[in-house]
Amino acid sequence: MKDFWKRYSRNRGAVVGLAVLALVIVASLAAPLLFPASPWDMVGTPFQHPFQGDQLLGTDTLGRDVLAGIVYGARVSLMVGVVSTLAAVLLGIALGAVAGYHGGVVDDAVMRFTEFFQTIPSFVFAVVLVAIFRPSIQSIVVAIAIVSWPPVARLVRGEFLSLRSREFVQAAVVTGQSTGTIILREILPNALSPIIVLASLMVATAILLESSISFLGLGDPNLMSWGYMIGASRTVIRTAWWMSVFPGLAIMVTVLAINLIGEGLNDALNPRLARRGRA
Amino acid sequence: MSAVLEVENLTIDLPPGADRAHAVEDVSFALKPEEILCIVGESGSGKSMTAQAVMGLLPPLVRISGGAVRLEGVDLLGRSEADLRDVRGRRVAMIFQEPMTALNPLMRVGDQIAEVLRFHGTGMDKAARRRRTAELLEAVGLPEPELLRHSYPFRLSGGQRQRVMIAMALALEPAVLIADEPTTALDVTTQAQILALIKKIQAERHMAVLFITHDFGVVAEIADRVAVMQHGRVVEIGPAEQVLNAPQHAYTRRLIAAVPKLIPPAPRPVDAAAIPVLAASGLVKTYAARGGGFFGRGRTVQAVKDVAFEIRRGETLGLVGESGSGKSTVGRLVVRLLDPDGGAVRVDGIDIAGLRRRALQPYRRRVQMVFQDPFASLNPRRKVGKIIADGPVAQGMKRAEAEAKARELLRLVGLDPGATERYPHEFSGGQRQRIGIARALALEPEILVADEPVSALDVSVQEQILALLDEIRVRLRLAMLFITHDLRVAAQICDRIAVMRRGEIVETGPTAELFAAPRHAYTRELLAAVPGRHWTAPSLQTPLSSSTFSPPPLAGEG
Repeated sequence: MKDFWKRYSRNRGAVVGLAVLALVIVASLAAPLLFPASPWDMVGTPFQHPFQGDQLLGTDTLGRDVLAGIVYGARVSLMVGVVSTLAAVLLGIALGAVAGYHGGVVDDAVMRFTEFFQTIPSFVFAVVLVAIFRPSIQSIVVAIAIVSWPPVARLVRGEFLSLRSREFVQAAVVTGQSTGTIILREILPNALSPIIVLASLMVATAILLESSISFLGLGDPNLMSWGYMIGASRTVIRTAWWMSVFPGLAIMVTVLAINLIGEGLNDALNPRLARRGRA
Repeated sequence: MSAVLEVENLTIDLPPGADRAHAVEDVSFALKPEEILCIVGESGSGKSMTAQAVMGLLPPLVRISGGAVRLEGVDLLGRSEADLRDVRGRRVAMIFQEPMTALNPLMRVGDQIAEVLRFHGTGMDKAARRRRTAELLEAVGLPEPELLRHSYPFRLSGGQRQRVMIAMALALEPAVLIADEPTTALDVTTQAQILALIKKIQAERHMAVLFITHDFGVVAEIADRVAVMQHGRVVEIGPAEQVLNAPQHAYTRRLIAAVPKLIPPAPRPVDAAAIPVLAASGLVKTYAARGGGFFGRGRTVQAVKDVAFEIRRGETLGLVGESGSGKSTVGRLVVRLLDPDGGAVRVDGIDIAGLRRRALQPYRRRVQMVFQDPFASLNPRRKVGKIIADGPVAQGMKRAEAEAKARELLRLVGLDPGATERYPHEFSGGQRQRIGIARALALEPEILVADEPVSALDVSVQEQILALLDEIRVRLRLAMLFITHDLRVAAQICDRIAVMRRGEIVETGPTAELFAAPRHAYTRELLAAVPGRHWTAPSLQTPLSSSTFSPPPLAGEG
């Protein structure tokens, strides 16, 4: 663990990313304390410029606090990012493990199924799914998970294919251990590093997807989100830039931070590759 | 005669935090023209590092901190890359261990050789280079050089690739040829050919050869003089005759004593009346290379054809053959890692070849396997105690009971029972192989399949593991199927030997008989190819026994 942290902190960008993400998490947790009122409430005059009135980042077209919107939006973004990624990773591991472990016809069948999902452009597919399910936070999470699992399945399959022919796995077969035990205990722990790295990057992608969906007005109507804020204020971007710029910055900074963390995890979990890259 | 290559007090530092300060320490030797000097040592002795220092090919992070490397009187250390480039290839050439990776896979072999001529400003025009390339390919004994020139490396066999490497090394008639384990990756018959080729070329072209190897058989075959390295130091250097037959240094004596002799020991009495516990008959396995997606029909390769043998309890049957002979496939069929396409594997008279998973479970216990690569055969994320206990637990034993048994087994294989709480990476290759043996024994098998269990180990460790396997075979009355490519090892451990070629057993017989009077032409060929077969290691002090073991120091927290 100490070693892990040492290797991680060698990547300075990753440490900055972690700090930024921590800040975003703290802000989103403290949202009800910072802004006891609902972010949908009108708190000031509409179109108030930032850094001038009571509202630090100004107000939007209906007089709602932009900063409050960003802080509450962080909850939605992080929640969607984490939950949909978890779902996608679990699904991807399950299918990838089965395909990679059994190989042959099973592998063929699962991978053709995976390709079927990969041939549909993911954003369009997600939008269609949300539209069918009717927009809500649950349907957004489900839609994002459904469009994001194929890369996980492919990665896991590849790892399993190569690990399954390793001698320690064969030894487990020879000693009569069950398939489930071999997958969970012998192979999966050895395949985990690249999965963790991929998952961290998927969280960032999921946040972007959610923002895009909300931007199009397909977000959960009851929850404030960054994408919705930008979408709602895009018509007035020339007169009131702050309404879309600040949520936009929030998206950019969060996604960047998560990507940096992903890279740091990669360095920490695959130490040999990282050192070569930096030499 | 003055030396063509002189290495004087060479010291190479390892990066801080390595297990010793110097990779090579205070090494001196001189290579005279027209001689073959073998540097011999176990893994980690610094022998390859020495060769790389001469070529200026040291990996980053290690640094030469002292000494001199003089080629034809000129010091090579501290010279610019451009100077070195001029020397490399022209005055010193190198051939490597892996002919597979040493050639550019995307370039025709003729072009790769011509490239050497082009870059060194020989002033040859294209036609001259082509002539020279063909000449070189012919000199290394490759057939039809004109055609072969246009081949890509993947079309050539390992031996042919190594010949191409040698041709490339010879292109500019260097004064010194450095060969870093050039035959280790090759089959024994190919190895014999390559060794003969190196010797012939060295004599014809009056070159000096620095030959790096771990194999005393190869040394006996080729060396004029021998330098023995241990922990980065040269502990003994002298004429081959003297080092091989009357070694002075204790380490050399120990190494030579550990080399298995090619003469089988007196046969052990076997109970001929005993019923074989393992009997295979008519085994067939065909690999189908998958291609063309859903509907395509791939190529098929018949890996095992109609193989039959039997083993009694307390007996070791050796399965020897070159790579691709199907010997490993047979081992995997016996433990049912692979499903045979035909034939029977009888354990105590019951055919397990066609049993489905559930029905097979009780037989899993009775047939166990020891694997080749001690670094790949243990799950790096699981503690040793768990690795050993997993088998018995899967067979229904209670976890606590199984772990107690694991401790007991570790003691049996000569390890400290405290090892249960540690991870595999904290152990050396030999210790890991002991753990692998303990895992196989945990299920109290009657039949043990050992697939090249010592080929990844250094000769002194190899000896200990062989002694251990032999000891448990006797103690537990195991029937052992011992798969190996090394006839020296087979001679020492097997009661009977089956020789495999291209998926078929061509000859079976008691070890002593088979070595004394091989009947099949292929067996004779194999025996004739064993490096150093005319040299019999002198009988020295009793070598290490398998019980001299000290547990490794505890690694730091991590």
